[in-house]
Amino acid sequence: MTDLLASDRLFFDYQTRSRRRDANSDWTLRDIAVTIPAGSTVGVVGESGSGKSTLVRLLCGLLTPSKGEITFDGRSVKDWLSEDRLEFHRRNQIVFQSPASSLDPRLRIKTSLSEPTRALERRKPDPAELSSWLKDVGLSGDVLSRYPHQLSGGQLQRIAVARALSVRPDVLYADEPTSALDVSVQAQVLNLLMGLKQRHGLTLVLVSHDLAVVARVCEQVVVLKDGQVVEAGQTVEVMTDPKTAYTRTLVEASRATSLARF
Amino acid sequence: MADTDDFEFLEIATSGSRRRVPPQLVIGAVIVSVIVGIGMVSVFWTPYDLNTVDVPNQFLRPGSDGYLLGTDKLGRDMTSQIMAGARNSLLVSMISTVASLIPGVLIGLLAAGASPFWQRFISRLTDIGIALPGILVALVLATSLGPGNPTAIIAIMFWFIPTVARVTMGPARQILSRDFVEAAQAYGRPRRFILFRHVLPNIGPLIIVQASVMFALAILIEAALSYLGIGAQRPTPSWGRLLKEAQPLIDKAPYLMIIPGISIMVAVIGFNLLGDGLRTYLDPQQTAKGTG
Repeated sequence: MTDLLASDRLFFDYQTRSRRRDANSDWTLRDIAVTIPAGSTVGVVGESGSGKSTLVRLLCGLLTPSKGEITFDGRSVKDWLSEDRLEFHRRNQIVFQSPASSLDPRLRIKTSLSEPTRALERRKPDPAELSSWLKDVGLSGDVLSRYPHQLSGGQLQRIAVARALSVRPDVLYADEPTSALDVSVQAQVLNLLMGLKQRHGLTLVLVSHDLAVVARVCEQVVVLKDGQVVEAGQTVEVMTDPKTAYTRTLVEASRATSLARF
Repeated sequence: MADTDDFEFLEIATSGSRRRVPPQLVIGAVIVSVIVGIGMVSVFWTPYDLNTVDVPNQFLRPGSDGYLLGTDKLGRDMTSQIMAGARNSLLVSMISTVASLIPGVLIGLLAAGASPFWQRFISRLTDIGIALPGILVALVLATSLGPGNPTAIIAIMFWFIPTVARVTMGPARQILSRDFVEAAQAYGRPRRFILFRHVLPNIGPLIIVQASVMFALAILIEAALSYLGIGAQRPTPSWGRLLKEAQPLIDKAPYLMIIPGISIMVAVIGFNLLGDGLRTYLDPQQTAKGTG
């Protein structure tokens, strides 16, 4: 498997300009090296504030690293953004945590759903396309003329996924896609993501604070703590033989919640 | 899934009827339409010519034969003056409100989307603008431009633009922090585009409400400036100017002050009710389902 995405010695801080810092303290992310093989499912796990959301925003080009390099498909993301910005965005799409705020409340679903195609392919998708995208995520076409506040969290999250997939990306980032949803809907959305990954040959990067979710879906896992990678590898190995105390607590916590759930 | 779908259907069915028209909105709209109607009629018709002096009929009380609101010291008809004054008040308020909204909203939007440095810079600038006493600005303008409606309009713009910029910037920044903005960036929309496509429509109701409140304030300021002699001059009719002219006669003919005073009050209340009603009417969509 070739590496689709790789980062090396990646540093990031939200306040780069205003403050000067020494090399190792107080970075939001420091010295991050991750590789994501094409077609894989990678989980990014860590507690709140560990930098996992920041990491995916860097990977998909929403934030620019303070130091270090990210390469996507053999080319630096910096180059992608300056030379082929739209193509980079087309190939890297993201789904967010809060379904209620992922869609513009003032736009009908069909408008929101058309936006990526209009922005990236400079054309208006036809109604048949819109319906097929919705069908792909298990929704019928009659939500098209609705507004977001008329739909449930699960439906909105499905629409957000459909919108991200409408431009046929290579990588789908999902930033805590299930944590704002009911437990029963969580499972549906996770299954949906897995199904879509298979059907579209996606590379899926799933961010979660819940190792149980990641363990269920991802082949590989990256554990973040305080902006650093503490452990990375095959999910099975990390789950069965955690190398750091922090990962061990995460594993135990995930066992406890899985037991409570089933 | 079938159960949840039915549930959704119920929710959609009720969400339409949840949007009720608040009474303030109706009352405000009625008052505002009556005043606008009177102002418009005065362009074509007033009971008497505005400037015809008719000394024998001076100081007629309101309700006198043929003179519903009485006459002033030169026998000019008050009804006609009030009608034409409505036109001037509305015109000055409308021009100054629109002329403040456009640059104010633009400054606020662009500032919200700018780098932290520019955000701070524009915030401080609006602080200074808000701290400047409006009446002083108007007096300075009047000495350099001379009194009249244009001076009043420019003074009101100086007064309003910083406030509009401030009122736009806060909510715009809030909208910018929502996930759909990041999603739009992730599908390649430039920040400027997002400001106009997503942020402006979402703060639209707020701006409409702000506009109606500003309109009410503009009527007050216009009256105040005319009263001080900075705004409309004879022969331009104006409520504030009527007040000023009636002041020396307060013992002899108090109604000459009371009538324009009540007109100003009713207009201000009308626009405030309209603004308040719009706020309530346009809001439920946000609160109907906790969009957070």
